[in-house]
Amino acid sequence: MIQFNPADLATMLPELFLLGATCTILLIDLFLKPTQRDVTHWLSLAALLATGVLVWRDAPAQGASIAAFNGMFLRDGVATVLKVFVLLTTGLVFLYSRDYLRGRKLFVGEFYLLLLFATLGMMLLVSAGNLVTVYLGLELLTLSSYALVALNRDSAVSSEAAIKYFVLGALASGLLLYGMSMIYGATGTLDLAKIHAIADFSANSPHRMLLAFGLVFLVVGSAFKLGAAPFHMWLPDVYQGAPTAVTLFVGSASKIAAFGMTWRLLDGAMGGMHVHWTQMLGVLAVLSLAIGNVFAIAQTNLKRMLAYSTISHVGFLLLGFVNGSASGYAAAMFYVISYALMAAVAFGMIMLLARAGFEAEEIDDFKGLNQRNPWYAGVMAIAMFSLAGVPPLFGFFAKLMVLKAVIDAGQMWLAIVAIVFAIIGLYYYLRVVKVMYFDEPHDATVLELPRDRGFRWVLSLNGLALLALGVAWGPLLDWCDRAFAVAALIPR
Amino acid sequence: MITLAHFLTLGAVLFCIAVAGIFINRKNVITLLMAIELMLLAVNTNFVAFSRFLGDPSGQVFVFFILTVAAAESAIGLAILVVLFRNRATINVTEIDSMKG
Repeated sequence: MIQFNPADLATMLPELFLLGATCTILLIDLFLKPTQRDVTHWLSLAALLATGVLVWRDAPAQGASIAAFNGMFLRDGVATVLKVFVLLTTGLVFLYSRDYLRGRKLFVGEFYLLLLFATLGMMLLVSAGNLVTVYLGLELLTLSSYALVALNRDSAVSSEAAIKYFVLGALASGLLLYGMSMIYGATGTLDLAKIHAIADFSANSPHRMLLAFGLVFLVVGSAFKLGAAPFHMWLPDVYQGAPTAVTLFVGSASKIAAFGMTWRLLDGAMGGMHVHWTQMLGVLAVLSLAIGNVFAIAQTNLKRMLAYSTISHVGFLLLGFVNGSASGYAAAMFYVISYALMAAVAFGMIMLLARAGFEAEEIDDFKGLNQRNPWYAGVMAIAMFSLAGVPPLFGFFAKLMVLKAVIDAGQMWLAIVAIVFAIIGLYYYLRVVKVMYFDEPHDATVLELPRDRGFRWVLSLNGLALLALGVAWGPLLDWCDRAFAVAALIPR
Repeated sequence: MITLAHFLTLGAVLFCIAVAGIFINRKNVITLLMAIELMLLAVNTNFVAFSRFLGDPSGQVFVFFILTVAAAESAIGLAILVVLFRNRATINVTEIDSMKG
């Protein structure tokens, strides 16, 4: 019998707080004049900060996984780490995009509210303990993202990107749901932990066929959402067509949430069949590394290049899963966090250079940046070197941890393929650095910086953080390790 | 006697029609939206059939959630479609190809 326990509400206090705050901001925003939109901006940031404090304060003790609402909602170490970084990167999106939005007449309440609802969806998604919560969290995230991509209503490319994102996103949701229905049929439950306990994939199991179908659909659906090749068709168009502020969000925060979903579904529910899905993910990883790195070379549009680079990074992320154990997942989580922080700098730089009527999204727009502003050329160079995986930057250690997990799993050939493609990838990152330092600028005037001082400071700090975390990556990796090491001890 | 297999076959057929509708269709974006709806209905058929034959109501509860989200999804899809039509004056799938590479 299902019973309501009031203590369950306390378990999901951060989510409830964010929901309440978002609804309040929605009401307040209605009464603001367009000139007072800064109020929405600061209130949204305050809501994220307060939610972050609640998540941090309520972090479960090491080893604990607190379930609420009959296991629908889980609060464990993994959820806490992912939520902290989801909130952090969403905060960065708010801080970076104010001037950019203002210059394009997009500085509207909708941007903030849709992002806050998407954040709520991501928090629910990474805490989901049931197929229903996975689906609802995912849809709250993706429905908000579709609307955000189409935010610039007068732009033809934006609306084209939005319709492509919508159709392929809905297809992915459909595939995921079809897989969920198969797994429900085979196990008779929607609860992830119970599915893990019941699912019987032995050779004489009557449900072997259903489970195999369900697993394939879950993997394909997750690959679509992550943007792994060959299910990456939407990604370059969405990155290029969406306003850069939205690209930043889709490229950073929602990747963290997609990682959380993949882990919950594949390890949380289908962990007993990991021998089978690790092989599938290995194939997806190799394809993503190949397609991402090779196609990125041909791009002249920086946003599109970064989109293909995302595909290659998703390949690396999936390599962490190939290990199928806590250390591999911790490496993958470390990787997705590092990627989100690096992407934030790269897209932040595009917004820094953008002016009203000028998007700064071509690689040529960065020509001679070093002569125009050496500091921000340096920040961009750090981001590019870090994305390429050059030591001693953050991205290098993320790649190193994933490769270590792959080698531990005995898949030496996968590690070699990954290294070869990472070296191919160096070419297009270094091209951006070369353009900034060795080419003559179109106009040699000093770069006019945005007025928003907070944006400039945080972007610089974010760039320096890539350097600092490259030197002192231990605590973060340790935090990721603890989140998973603990989760593995809980009897299912 | 109608068995579970019949319902699952129906679900699979509907699902295949929907996927074919998304990939083969070269004409109209509205057809894509219809195919997406059909896909979700195929899933619903599966859930209801399993729920009935397993004697477990949670699958039917899931169907309610899917139906609700599907309504929100098509509302957003049609809104994006209207924006697209205003900007491009076409909703022909083959003409929505300004970004390539």
